[in-house]
Amino acid sequence: MTNTKSIMIVGVGGQGSLLASKTLGRLLMNAGYDVKVSEVHGMSQRGGSVVTYVRYGQRVCSPVIQTGEADVLLSFELCEAARWSGYLKKDGVLITSTQQIMPMPVITGATQYPADLEKNLRAVCSHAYIVDALTPAEKAGSSKAVNVVLLGLLSKMMDLPEDAWKEALKQCVKPQFLEMNLKAFQLGRELYNV
Amino acid sequence: MKELMLGNQAAARGLYEAGCHVVSSYPGTPSTEITEYISGYPEIYSEWAPNEKVAYEVAIGAAIGGARSFCAMKHVGLNVAADPLFTTAYTGVGGGMIVAVADDQGMHSSQNEQDSRHYAQAAKVPMVEPSDSQECSDYIKAAYAISEEFDTPVLYRLSTRVSHSQSLVEVGPRQELPVRDYEKNAKKYVMMPANAQGRHVFVEERTLKLRQFAETTPLNRVEEGSDRRIGIITAGICYQYVREAMPDAPVLKLGLLNPLPEQLIRDFAATVDRVVVVEELDPIIENHCASLGIPVEGKSIFGYIGEISQKIIREKLLGQPPLEGCAYPEAVPVRPPVLCPGCPHRGVFYTLHKLGLTVFGDIGCYTLGATPPLLAMDTTLCMGASISGLHGFTKARGPEAAKKAVAVIGDSTFMHSGMTGLADITYNHGVSTVIILDNSITGMTGHQQNPTTGYDIHNQPAYQISLEAVCRALGVSRVVVVDPADLKALEASVRAETAAEEPSVIIARRPCALLKGVKAKPPVHVEPQQCIACRKCFQIGCPAITMEGGKAHIDDTLCVGCGLCVGLCPKSAIKEAE
Repeated sequence: MTNTKSIMIVGVGGQGSLLASKTLGRLLMNAGYDVKVSEVHGMSQRGGSVVTYVRYGQRVCSPVIQTGEADVLLSFELCEAARWSGYLKKDGVLITSTQQIMPMPVITGATQYPADLEKNLRAVCSHAYIVDALTPAEKAGSSKAVNVVLLGLLSKMMDLPEDAWKEALKQCVKPQFLEMNLKAFQLGRELYNV
Repeated sequence: MKELMLGNQAAARGLYEAGCHVVSSYPGTPSTEITEYISGYPEIYSEWAPNEKVAYEVAIGAAIGGARSFCAMKHVGLNVAADPLFTTAYTGVGGGMIVAVADDQGMHSSQNEQDSRHYAQAAKVPMVEPSDSQECSDYIKAAYAISEEFDTPVLYRLSTRVSHSQSLVEVGPRQELPVRDYEKNAKKYVMMPANAQGRHVFVEERTLKLRQFAETTPLNRVEEGSDRRIGIITAGICYQYVREAMPDAPVLKLGLLNPLPEQLIRDFAATVDRVVVVEELDPIIENHCASLGIPVEGKSIFGYIGEISQKIIREKLLGQPPLEGCAYPEAVPVRPPVLCPGCPHRGVFYTLHKLGLTVFGDIGCYTLGATPPLLAMDTTLCMGASISGLHGFTKARGPEAAKKAVAVIGDSTFMHSGMTGLADITYNHGVSTVIILDNSITGMTGHQQNPTTGYDIHNQPAYQISLEAVCRALGVSRVVVVDPADLKALEASVRAETAAEEPSVIIARRPCALLKGVKAKPPVHVEPQQCIACRKCFQIGCPAITMEGGKAHIDDTLCVGCGLCVGLCPKSAIKEAE
């Protein structure tokens, strides 16, 4: 087996998974790893379910993550966390925002948004961090910073120095948004052990 | 220095470093970003062409003119460009020419998953296929060398996973190449029968030489392995899946997909107990091996449909049990893509659904008009088929059917291949109604300019073709322009134009809500006391409108204040911001 580590980022089109994967890719490249980041463009961006794969290690082969392979599932939306939870290893880490975005079949009344998502996710994922990332993001200055809040939380669980994360953020966000994102990152770190 | 790059970005970098001079493309997922990245290199002339055939012809013209040229398209785009492909296989090139064709195994954003390797075989041109971003850059250089040594266009095959995955790439300086001298050579470039007969002989001789080349090129390589029970022959993205699932297996990794080697495969097969070909879609490599009498397996294990992965190799070839994940105990609702909040197409599809019309659709964001609750599309085939398909439908079913049917097509798709269909309608006594959904951009592929937007690939002002003038020039006298946000005016014009017994075009004009410069209005809101939960506002399928506590609710983080829902409420419960 390879020593490749796998981080899966899931959410709804338009939620900002691109910046999260870009920052992670930069962070891991700076740290000297071989890195692959894979995303699907096009149809799925139009408010659909969006998945990004980040893999790193000494030599990464496949750019995609399959069921039971992810070490971390980073989710921006509760229903999406449930949809992709099968990709998370039995002992993997789930990090998800408690945000809920209604899929069209729920809007049209064809089906219901699932109840008990939090409870069920905690039951199937032994390491689950289910957090309100929206409030800290808004506190930092933008509801769009949920992605960076979640990265802040993730940073507490990865063996890389805090400064390396901040440097990666600096390289990936526009200068005028850096301060806000650094604040969101810090507030995300504070969510650990809450 | 190494950089983390998308496969498409690395292809663009390779083109820059290889001294490419001219690039012309039409956008198509997953190929689009190559040309977008190229537009950032001022050393290379780049443009968006109206369609892939034009792009291809621009590229061959540039190559005949002595430049290193390039064009990119998605797999179905090569169908459009197939005509020049087959004949330029005869003429060959001047400067080198590469044609990138990005397949979409699994149909992440396509209407079929055809295998473009068939084109390389059918047109008798070489094809290379990279398997990661570094190879995306390296294979551009190799492809130009092949193109110029063997005097042929070279197909450069990508896939969604290679195009849209980022991996590390060594970047280098640009090799500045002068544009070669142009020499008139009618025997080579004027493909009338007498000349083409001579060039076909050249093509067959070239193929023999390329077969020799395939035996020795470093594009094809053997990776030794310690476990000789199964030897794998593979290419492209599948190579990465194989390396992940079978790190100890001997692998013959093919970078040149056409022509395929013979002796190299025989020698490889002789060193292993069992040979398995791992390739997505059609059995191109497998059939080649079979034709050489080399016993191989492939499709019997992996099938013909969709993508392969490390998981599929582990389970289907190696018989390993599936890895268990944290499986969620219940099914969760699907989340299909939807038209964005504020999308100008929404009002059109709401109206077409309300009027119960048969809708011949086309390729673009607006294909989503087929999904619930709008359900306002009957067909989607290929670029341009809305207009010509509608004409055939009304010829089959008579003029009364024409009053109950329309075609919908985007501005970019109309320029791509809608104009000829419209000419067919006016010329052949048609009475159809065509709605051009003019959102002033090529939307689905991520906002590329086109000949109707008034801007070029660099977002610099360019000649703006008038859709109204084009339609009139094609013989349509009833051309009307409406704002699709004005539902009353839109419905009135659809009623009037479908009733008219002559061809008509309705241009539904409003820019894409995601365009820069399109300012969102403040979000609208529902007064819960006035809402009677009749769900009328749900009929437009806006993702911002949900139910909360038994009343309609508008998510103010999603709503862009387009106001389409406001007029639908029978109780005037939806209020615009004051």
